[in-house]
Amino acid sequence: MADFDSPTENPEDADPVSGWQAFMDDPSMLLFLGIASPTLLYTLWGVMEVLSVPVAGY
Amino acid sequence: MATAILRNPQDFITCPDTGQNLNKPAISLAKANIFTAIVFLLAGGALGLLVALTRWPAIHILPSELFYIALTGHGAAVLLFWCHFFEVGVAYYFVTSPINARLATPKIAWFSFWLMLIGAAMATVMVLIGQATVMFSAYPPLKAHPLFYVGVILFAVGALIPMFIIIATLIKAKNERTYTGSMPLASFGILIYAIIAIFTWVMGAVIMIPTLLWSMGLIHNMDAQMYRVVFWALAHSTQQMNIVVHITIWYTLAAVLFGARPLNEKVSRMAFVLYLFALQLGSVHHLLSDPGSSFAWRTFNTSYAGYLAVLGSLIHGLTVPGGIELAQRRRGLSHGLFEWLRKAPWANPVFSGFFLSLVLFGFLGGITGVTMSNQQINMIIHNTVYVPGHFHGTVATGTTLAFFAFSYWIVPLLTRHKLAFPGLARMSTYLFGLGMGTFAVFFMAAGHLGVPRRHWDITYADASLPFQFSATVQMLVTVAEIGAVIGGTGALFYLISILGTFMGKTVEKGALPPLAEPAGVVAARLHGGTEPHIKGLEVPGSLVLCLTLLTFLIIYYFAQYKYLATIWGIR
Ligand code: HEM
Repeated sequence: MADFDSPTENPEDADPVSGWQAFMDDPSMLLFLGIASPTLLYTLWGVMEVLSVPVAGY
Repeated sequence: MATAILRNPQDFITCPDTGQNLNKPAISLAKANIFTAIVFLLAGGALGLLVALTRWPAIHILPSELFYIALTGHGAAVLLFWCHFFEVGVAYYFVTSPINARLATPKIAWFSFWLMLIGAAMATVMVLIGQATVMFSAYPPLKAHPLFYVGVILFAVGALIPMFIIIATLIKAKNERTYTGSMPLASFGILIYAIIAIFTWVMGAVIMIPTLLWSMGLIHNMDAQMYRVVFWALAHSTQQMNIVVHITIWYTLAAVLFGARPLNEKVSRMAFVLYLFALQLGSVHHLLSDPGSSFAWRTFNTSYAGYLAVLGSLIHGLTVPGGIELAQRRRGLSHGLFEWLRKAPWANPVFSGFFLSLVLFGFLGGITGVTMSNQQINMIIHNTVYVPGHFHGTVATGTTLAFFAFSYWIVPLLTRHKLAFPGLARMSTYLFGLGMGTFAVFFMAAGHLGVPRRHWDITYADASLPFQFSATVQMLVTVAEIGAVIGGTGALFYLISILGTFMGKTVEKGALPPLAEPAGVVAARLHGGTEPHIKGLEVPGSLVLCLTLLTFLIIYYFAQYKYLATIWGIR
């Protein structure tokens, strides 16, 4: 079994984690923003536009 | 630095070649998913060859009904089933091994695998028996048998579940401190993939459930335009999932083959985040020539947001080769601009497939994707064979080629079997890259001359209004299809080699080819980290490559506008 106490061999690998990086490592925040952005900007906006096209009278 | 903790060591085996700790349930699931993907590539590739041999005017092998069955089957089998089984398989590896994590809920993961398999098999059978000849896009009013939609829905639900398992695994690993510091870049890439996938598969349900009800006669009116808007939220986003996984693979293979690290891990991470916010918005580029939506919606999504995603791609395009260049230069390969590249292991299919995928994806898929996302330019190529030309540049020479390269590494790693038929493997990446690249370029040229996509017979032999394409067009289409046959041969070599590997004998050590660095260091490299103090000028070769791409993009853009002006003159 490999040595689990030292998952990185180089001391320089152990970068301190900045606040921004910690934010980016947060799955729930990314999940929320990553779903909200295309849902609003692509799907909802696109669907609203199609809905606003008047239906042709037969 | 805090210390990483291993929970339940009995759940792991250590790879003697790379020093990685492999979580046993994750390996079994990865193998099952990758193997299934390969079976679908076999079926889809064979159908693709039949389609190509029909579009080749001098051969024209299939009658029209069978042509459209083959075309629908090809699109579904490769674009949906090959790519997404493969991706789920490698995702299980990426969220466990690089961070010493145990996969969350393996039983549910197996359940989702069977759901995907039953759904994919059901949809494929319905296509093959001629009950769902609707092309992979299934636009209403084309209607398939309800079981086709049931199959697609089961597959989508099955593919959605693993995304929650991936996120749960990452959260659990963080809580259990199986790794220290920031999440490794490869696992982060897979997190982004999972989030995009959740949006994608939910959109799939939103559009496929009403379409199923419509095919059963329970809904009478299916709005064609509404379908297209929501369908592309599904279908374009599946391509973004492909891209995110293949880029994650690029970073990984650069680490494995060269001990390379991203030039700046934070910047690469930011590029993935740009993808998360902007990539799916590019879905609008499928609808640029459709009626019913405003210029603002189209242009905001494709031009403004779309360019943020392009920025992300340019970052990956610099940092992946840049990392390799730096590692090679440190090994003494520092003469001139490109010694590091000339002396790369071109005979190793893991490298050749990976690097060709990087270059071909950028030049063929990337540049053409950016330009066709422009409202005006889109009008000259809409619904022509330019479109399949472009997307074979992305999904075939980009994603699929990267998956070939990665298979040559991951399948021996997971099975502990030596790579079978290495000679075929070596040829496969070149044949597939060259063949599909030729197909893409010549299809794009023919598309510019107006050849329609998805057309059974471009001689229009039985059309009531006669029309004949020029000899140039016939020649372009013929060369494209010759390229498709060469590419298909490359895919066949890959399949023989990888299926042979799956069936090979287990070896104690040496299943993988010799690596650039000792096993423990390879495992550590997969954990990531940044090259310290890199400004970019240390990698002049990669900078030149990127600037070439950028220059080519600018020239191509202008050429497209010039072309638009000649065929659509404003007087
Ligand atoms: C094995 C080598 C391949 C060959 C020989 C091949 C050939 C073809 C041909 C000739 C077409 C018809 C284009 C048209 O008439 O409009 C086509 C369409 C298509 N191909 Fe491939 N292709 C290959 C690999 C792939 C791969 C790897 C993917 C995706 C991962 C892919 C995805 C598609 C899709 C989505 C379509 C469009 C189907 C439709 O219009 O409904 N192909 N391919």
